[in-house]
Amino acid sequence: MSITLKHVAYVYMPGTPFEHQALGDISAVIEEGSLTAIAGHTGSGKSTLLQQFNGLLQPTAGRVLVDDVDINPKAKKDRAAARAMRLKVGMVFQYAEQQLFEETIEKDIAFGPKSLGLSEEETAERVKEAMRLMHLDYETYRKRSPLALSGGQMRRVAIAGVLALRPKYLVLDEPVAGLDPRGREELVKTIRHLHDREHVTIILVSHNMDDIARLADHVLIMNQGRLVCDASPREAFAQENLLEGAGLKLPHVMALMKELRAKGLPVRMDCLTIEEAKREILNVLKAVKGKGGKKHAQ
Amino acid sequence: MAWIELEHLSHCYQAGTEQEHRALDDVSLAVEEGAFVAVLGANGSGKSTLAKHLNALLLPTSGVCRINGLDTAAAADTGELWKIRQQVGMVFQNPDNQLIAAVVEDDVAFGPENLGMPPDEIRTAVREALACVNMTHYRKFAPHLLSGGQKQRVAIAGALAMKTRCLVLDEPTAMLDPQGRAEVMETVCRLHEQQGITIVLITHFMEEAALADRVIVMADGRVADDGTPREIFRKAAALKAFGLDVPLATELGLELRASGLDVPQDILTDDELTSALVTLADYPHGLTAATREGRG
Repeated sequence: MSITLKHVAYVYMPGTPFEHQALGDISAVIEEGSLTAIAGHTGSGKSTLLQQFNGLLQPTAGRVLVDDVDINPKAKKDRAAARAMRLKVGMVFQYAEQQLFEETIEKDIAFGPKSLGLSEEETAERVKEAMRLMHLDYETYRKRSPLALSGGQMRRVAIAGVLALRPKYLVLDEPVAGLDPRGREELVKTIRHLHDREHVTIILVSHNMDDIARLADHVLIMNQGRLVCDASPREAFAQENLLEGAGLKLPHVMALMKELRAKGLPVRMDCLTIEEAKREILNVLKAVKGKGGKKHAQ
Repeated sequence: MAWIELEHLSHCYQAGTEQEHRALDDVSLAVEEGAFVAVLGANGSGKSTLAKHLNALLLPTSGVCRINGLDTAAAADTGELWKIRQQVGMVFQNPDNQLIAAVVEDDVAFGPENLGMPPDEIRTAVREALACVNMTHYRKFAPHLLSGGQKQRVAIAGALAMKTRCLVLDEPTAMLDPQGRAEVMETVCRLHEQQGITIVLITHFMEEAALADRVIVMADGRVADDGTPREIFRKAAALKAFGLDVPLATELGLELRASGLDVPQDILTDDELTSALVTLADYPHGLTAATREGRG
């Protein structure tokens, strides 16, 4: 099962002087179970792409399939099935905490399931589950106002509100932007947990290559409305020219390894985490030491 | 006398109610003219409350806040707040919340107009301010057509047009993409170096804080630590306990050190770390030996 894009194009305000092609001929498959990152510079079309996944925007050309069902069907009879599929894709926007509005956290998270017409018990159960998934203790938080929390906690409540709809695919637009370092770290861990342990397929949009490097197993890079790379993070980040052309930077760890290499230490560049970089540096230094020092070895 | 002086400054939100919250608790600080100070702290540590005192958006509940000799509470009583706000420009996190005019140059002119500057002086001030932030080309643009980094630079120009002496930036890059962040930080550093403008930068990005001359760490409304970036970031464990972090090079350096490599404890930048490692490779018996050899 997957979200599949087939030759998707999108034009904003067609037929007006403001006509703007935001997406051109995008084909990609986001497999169930993956943790896919979509990277791109501001204006590259990544947010437009995101909104295709659950039909918030409908493609000007091409098709979007969720679990093999076209979510923008032509025939009336297919619409119910398409709607059901769209509900499988949960969308968390940038700065989602700005959309919190209820008096209590419990009510805010319950808004989605209630709107779906679920029973009281089912709703309550889903609220509990969503709070557990977002590491918000039910008894501690349920009666508190969502507006009196820290930024990181508010963002968790907002994500829980979407998780309460039990999406199979969770789309997160810049989930850690603007949080303080602890909030960022904790949310990254929660996202990883959600993917690894709870088996939620995650699609995250970010312009932070460091987060992509340590989280994603699949990277899509957008540039000027085109998909220019569809690969594993290691493969994607090995193509530095392509990154640069897309207005992106290497993950910081890789940039550091590159600098180290340029200064003459023969380390591998494609380290995605601090841990990997540490091991690589220790190994290389050990090898150099074995030869009695770099200078002497040359 | 320091340019910014805080003496036993406390600030309570909703004082006297059940929701009373002491955001700043007996803070004393002095910042000299021309300094570049970074303020770090987790959410709720009081750093934004502190920033808002510096141009008298908030007044102390107790204690004193003096800007260039002017007591903010006294200035509020005598109607002289504009004297403080003219000298201290604020830039906030969200670029969309602080631009008000329909055209970039009108936005930059808003401050000087309110100060009652004569029109031809305003024109000169606006032109110079936009040049300072490299936005001259965009002077006739509508702000909503600009990128986040460009909007923040226009906000900075708005302060510069008032001949501000000090910029207080409250997480100015939090909502920007990497390119926008780089543009804003480059502008801030340049204004500090070339024009001697005092910078107070609140940030969650440790690499940005490493660019400052001085780092103040806030926790629970108090100043928890205060020193050069090198002094502050070597205390990685303490910073993490405050919910903060250290620059990547510092962290990797400390990890390598813990694994037995002889790299310095107070590394701040990628360049320092890579240089130390290359030296280690050249002198496999360790940096200490290397320095000895160097000096010998």
